[in-house]
Amino acid sequence: MSAPNKSLFTPGPRTRARNRAEARFRASGLAAILAALAFLTGLMGIILHDGAPAFRQAFVTLTVELPEERLDPNGNRDPADLARVTTFKYAPLLDAALLRALEEAGAENPFAKAKKLRALLSKGAPAQLRARVLAEPELIGGSLTMRFLASARADGYLKGRVTRESLARERKFTPAHLDVADALLGSGLLESRFNLAFLTGSDASESRPEAAGIGTAALGSLAMMLVVLALALPIGVAASVYLEEFAPQNRLTDLIEVNIANLAAVPSIVFGILGLALFIQFAGLPQSAPLVGGLVLTLMTLPTIIISTRAALRAVPPSIREAALGVGASRMQTVFHHVLPLAMPGILTGTIIGLAQALGETAPLLLIGMIGFVATNPPASPAEAFLAPNSAMPAQIYEWARRADPAWYERAWGGIILLIGFLLAMNLAAILLRRRFERRW
Amino acid sequence: MPASSLLPILAALAALGFVAGRRRALSLAGGDARGLHSLPAHYGAEVALFTLLPALALLALWSLATPLAVNHLVAGEFPAETRAEPGAMSLAMSDIRRLAAEPDAGQGSAGQGTRAASLQEAARLYSTLRARASGLASLTVLLTALAGLGYALWRIHPRRRARSHVEAILESLLIGAATLAILTTLGIVASMLSGTIEFFRLYPAGDFFFGTIWAPSFGGGSRLGILPLLWGTLYISLIALAVAVPIGLFAAIYLSEYASPAARALLKPLLELLAGIPTIVYGLLALVTVGPALARVFGDEGLGWMQGASAAITAGLVMGGMLIPFVSSLSDDILNAVPQALRDGSLGLGATRSETLRLVVLPAALPGIVGAILLAASRAIGETMIVVMGAGAAARLSLNPFDAMTTITAKIVSQLTGDADFASAEALVAFALGMTLFVLTLGLNVLALHVVRKYREQYE
Repeated sequence: MSAPNKSLFTPGPRTRARNRAEARFRASGLAAILAALAFLTGLMGIILHDGAPAFRQAFVTLTVELPEERLDPNGNRDPADLARVTTFKYAPLLDAALLRALEEAGAENPFAKAKKLRALLSKGAPAQLRARVLAEPELIGGSLTMRFLASARADGYLKGRVTRESLARERKFTPAHLDVADALLGSGLLESRFNLAFLTGSDASESRPEAAGIGTAALGSLAMMLVVLALALPIGVAASVYLEEFAPQNRLTDLIEVNIANLAAVPSIVFGILGLALFIQFAGLPQSAPLVGGLVLTLMTLPTIIISTRAALRAVPPSIREAALGVGASRMQTVFHHVLPLAMPGILTGTIIGLAQALGETAPLLLIGMIGFVATNPPASPAEAFLAPNSAMPAQIYEWARRADPAWYERAWGGIILLIGFLLAMNLAAILLRRRFERRW
Repeated sequence: MPASSLLPILAALAALGFVAGRRRALSLAGGDARGLHSLPAHYGAEVALFTLLPALALLALWSLATPLAVNHLVAGEFPAETRAEPGAMSLAMSDIRRLAAEPDAGQGSAGQGTRAASLQEAARLYSTLRARASGLASLTVLLTALAGLGYALWRIHPRRRARSHVEAILESLLIGAATLAILTTLGIVASMLSGTIEFFRLYPAGDFFFGTIWAPSFGGGSRLGILPLLWGTLYISLIALAVAVPIGLFAAIYLSEYASPAARALLKPLLELLAGIPTIVYGLLALVTVGPALARVFGDEGLGWMQGASAAITAGLVMGGMLIPFVSSLSDDILNAVPQALRDGSLGLGATRSETLRLVVLPAALPGIVGAILLAASRAIGETMIVVMGAGAAARLSLNPFDAMTTITAKIVSQLTGDADFASAEALVAFALGMTLFVLTLGLNVLALHVVRKYREQYE
């Protein structure tokens, strides 16, 4: 007993040091949590900040004169003759329309040639005009007011990505173009609108980021998910039922269990190599096809689904099985009539989470060739959706991220917003499913 | 007839078989199901299975065998010297396949003169053989299905143990599904082994495993040493673990020992959200945001340590962020598995919470935590997208984390997505790299599972 005059309520130096150590330890725990949360919020902030602009797009509304002598020199409106007029003939019409719009806005053309104004419009604008004229030949000879895609630079100016300083070294799109853009903005002809084409459209060539959309890639992802669902769910459930309800304790069962545990941790790129060697080189399935992607992702998702399905089966109490067996059901009937229906919510939850994982997976898709080409056309038929080359959402995002123009980064982040939206919806569905049907025995 | 139209026909036949089998069983029993050994549906199911399974098995076998047989027959048309050359044959076959798919498109591209003519000839042979094989296959498969249907219908008898038969077949199907896991592993090993063996025939194994220079050149004379890649992989993983393990572990400690139940219920799902984000997002983060930000601070305009935005530290930091939830949720489970009695005992003796944790709980949980770290390391080594997009392409043995480095996974992607011929050493090296990666991660996983399992047994 030291210092008897000291109260137990006033801590001594050693106690104080220990309490300080305690506080430090606790604070570092909190700091770790905060660091993780900061990372999460930072990530979400960047995604939203950089991706949201992809959902808006600059458009220029122009009134284009369609002179007959240029577009239909024979004057007979024959579709075959009209189709012979190429987009090169249409481009000057747009230049003239831009010039007129500029005069109406009360500004002057800062360039020697009207042709230079064209950089404000997307390179696809003449084709856009031509498609409209070919569809409605009666327009020829009159004038047409139409909304055209602005170029990625003009779009970037409206979004604050392109500034006068950043254009200092550019040749095709100069600060003078921004003066024109300002004038058009003032007269309301240049405006930023919701960009539906981003959600529904296809990929565009490298020089036209403004025209690219993720719709076709999303269809590719959808086709892959259907393949995964159609294969992984039945096979995964069958495998889990066998392992959980029927398998004797022997070496084969052990081997299967070890294999499943290990497959769950094999790097995804290895499944890509498997897919390349097995499905494409050996079986001769078409490269870049969503079917192949779906097969690879099935093999990758199976362990996840098996593990969660087994947990769901294990959660069904033995009394259910005993009762069924007691009234004369066979083991197979017991499982399929009683155990499986009761385990279904858990199985579906696991399946949705497995699907969400597969939806975001990129690396194996790179190896089976779902990048490196421009998927410009949506699949024409259901069979083509599975067998024709297509991209998938994550592969499309990767493809965009590899392209040089910063406008592509905006598309990539926009695609990520959509991808994460899908994933969140799927995970939410899984959580709701679990809440709604979860049973405690 | 393609499989897409054959399968619905088979399904219809099976449905027909089910109805017919059920009817026949009932009528044999005089319309009274009690006279049957099994339920009427079991008789129907037996007929359906007999219709479907042999036909499907035949179809699968046939579709596997046809390409091999046809290739063999078409290849027989080529002179022996072409067949002996390793690359020439696969090149010719792919030309033939393309020509067979679009007979008009290939006129110019397949080349001129005799080669083009012989290719056209072979392509015609190829398409006729394919068409004949496909027609023959449809016929045989349909006949098999009908034979199965007839046989099963004929065998129906009120005393027949249809339920046992159906259940035995079902159980073997279940076993089949379960063995798919083994088949997948075998497929992985087989596909990579064949590529690896092929590679070592073209490139000495010693140079691959001990070479310190990675310089593939598609013109020949490549140097394909794995050591710079292995070094990059381990170095980036180490940076990632240095970020993820302290943060993840402390987060787990806070969640399991300090946080109130309400805070835990909120924080845990938030952390798991981080784990559900696809790696492409982290890759883009490294490429577009973290890399340029680091380059501003450490690059030429800042401290001058960094040459470009892509560096080992870029990939390492982002990967560390990705691994935080992985480490924390595994560690959380492990900390929760330590019996409460150990904590109570320590707290009862007057230890503070942190002392209890440091001196009692963590030592008890240590094997499990080591296992979790090993699993995280295996994830880091196998991670692809972040390093493809954030680490750079230069393979170098460097100690400077601000240097661009590359990894095994990144080089697998670049070697297999390039324009290289699949029979060249430059493409085949990807299989050897994949094999190395597979063995490396498998070793870590087995070790981790072993450690975790051993530890769990102590308290159960």
